[in-house]
Amino acid sequence: MDIRMLLATTHRVLDQLRHDHRSIALILVVPALLLTAVYFLYENEVLPPGAPRTFDRVGLMMLAIFPFVVMFLVTSITMLRERTSGTLERLLTTPVHKADLLFGYGLAFSIMAALQSLVATAVAYWVFGLDIEGSPGLVVMIAVINAVLGVALGLLCSAFARTEFQAVQFMPVVVVPQILLCGLFVARDRMNDVLESVSNVLPLTFSVDALQEIAANSEATEQLWQDAGIMAAIVLGVLVLASLTLRRRSA
Amino acid sequence: MSHSATAGIQATGTGGAVVARGLNVVRGKVPVLSSLDFAIPAGQITGLLGPSGSGKTTLMRAIVGVQLVSSGTVDVLSLAAGSPALRHQVGYVTQSPSVYPDLTVEANVRYFGAMHRKRKTDVDEAIAAVGLQQQARRKTADLSGGQLSRVSLACALVARPRLLVLDEPTVGLDPVLRADLWSRFRSMAEDGITLLISSHVMEEASHCQSLLLLREGRLLAQLTPEELSRRGHSNDLEKAFLTIIRESENNDGVSPGGRDAAAGAATDRSGR
Repeated sequence: MDIRMLLATTHRVLDQLRHDHRSIALILVVPALLLTAVYFLYENEVLPPGAPRTFDRVGLMMLAIFPFVVMFLVTSITMLRERTSGTLERLLTTPVHKADLLFGYGLAFSIMAALQSLVATAVAYWVFGLDIEGSPGLVVMIAVINAVLGVALGLLCSAFARTEFQAVQFMPVVVVPQILLCGLFVARDRMNDVLESVSNVLPLTFSVDALQEIAANSEATEQLWQDAGIMAAIVLGVLVLASLTLRRRSA
Repeated sequence: MSHSATAGIQATGTGGAVVARGLNVVRGKVPVLSSLDFAIPAGQITGLLGPSGSGKTTLMRAIVGVQLVSSGTVDVLSLAAGSPALRHQVGYVTQSPSVYPDLTVEANVRYFGAMHRKRKTDVDEAIAAVGLQQQARRKTADLSGGQLSRVSLACALVARPRLLVLDEPTVGLDPVLRADLWSRFRSMAEDGITLLISSHVMEEASHCQSLLLLREGRLLAQLTPEELSRRGHSNDLEKAFLTIIRESENNDGVSPGGRDAAAGAATDRSGR
């Protein structure tokens, strides 16, 4: 690892993004807009007195799911371009270490993800009065971990796509099942055994679990840190797998 | 790792900057390079010439160390091709420019420079060396094709490599720029840099001090341009090359692949 090469990579990725105003808007504004839509979806629900709003549950989970989806897409396409344009092969003829590249990418998109979730979380709290026990700082932390998970999976999946079209096709395969089974639609303990056991090993499940911990407790709980730790371990594992797809020599 | 590029002008080994012994590359089941033996002299411009599909790019990739080799060895600056210690010392410019179109010229060169711990002055020098000072702050995507390939070249120059491997660097450039680039290459060779430059245009051979003639993955000859025109009985290097190809076919008895490919700069099979 060479921290200067890592930071140069981060700087370069952010520089590329800076020239792309639409992508920046997509990253920063769209989650907040979707959150607005979710709020108005449940605007007229009739609640028994004292019951929590559905928005407080669904909106909260959305805060973690957006960064995951957006960063998965952005990363897999960016990395695929790097592979097909020859710049990746060129980089691998230089002294740069694979870890510098992958973590450089990870850091750049984590910064974007942090900005994204700050905007979305601020909107959720201040505009729509999101009402949960725990602190918004922890929500942002989980959102960022989720974004890095999206980055890591995107880096990995880009190795198995030859075109941008194929890369986008990984969305339904990698992202959608996690959203379906993470506990957003049906509580996980009410799934059948097969689905629940699949759900138990999907990374997004842990972040939804962590968010529920944050929602229910005013202080960070043991369970929250355990979930965050497992997520971090999964992210590292996926990054290691992704680094195996970067070959200095090819046929 | 801190292999400084200035680490040494010491021994370029016994045989030359690049030494290949019994090099074979097979892709799929097709032999792309067949038992190549040659040495590339240090501090000179060596031209790698042959029709499209003759294996030029594959040979260059083997020298840079990104090509999986079936058998044989390639030594570069006395180390096995692709050794980590060579990554500061070997520059490679692919045929299609591999740069980031959404960055400025300067940002591209700065980024590849950062991989070699180079500073702002090195970046400016590399940009000046390809004559793009005026365009330094422009987005690479907005440049012309010829400018784009010069950005790609600058991204290799910024590392100040001792061996520079250039795959068809003059394709698509106008005559003025081409002459300009060749004179830059000459002055780099005078500074002690070894250059290996591929081309399928035989007239460019005259700019080189030594030539490798490649055809269908085999090395037809290694000679100087003067020897080429003598052996090929023509001052027109294109004709001389054709004559040498015909001679080698007659010597082999069988002609592999037919004559079209011999003349065939026009028929572009995949460069690799």
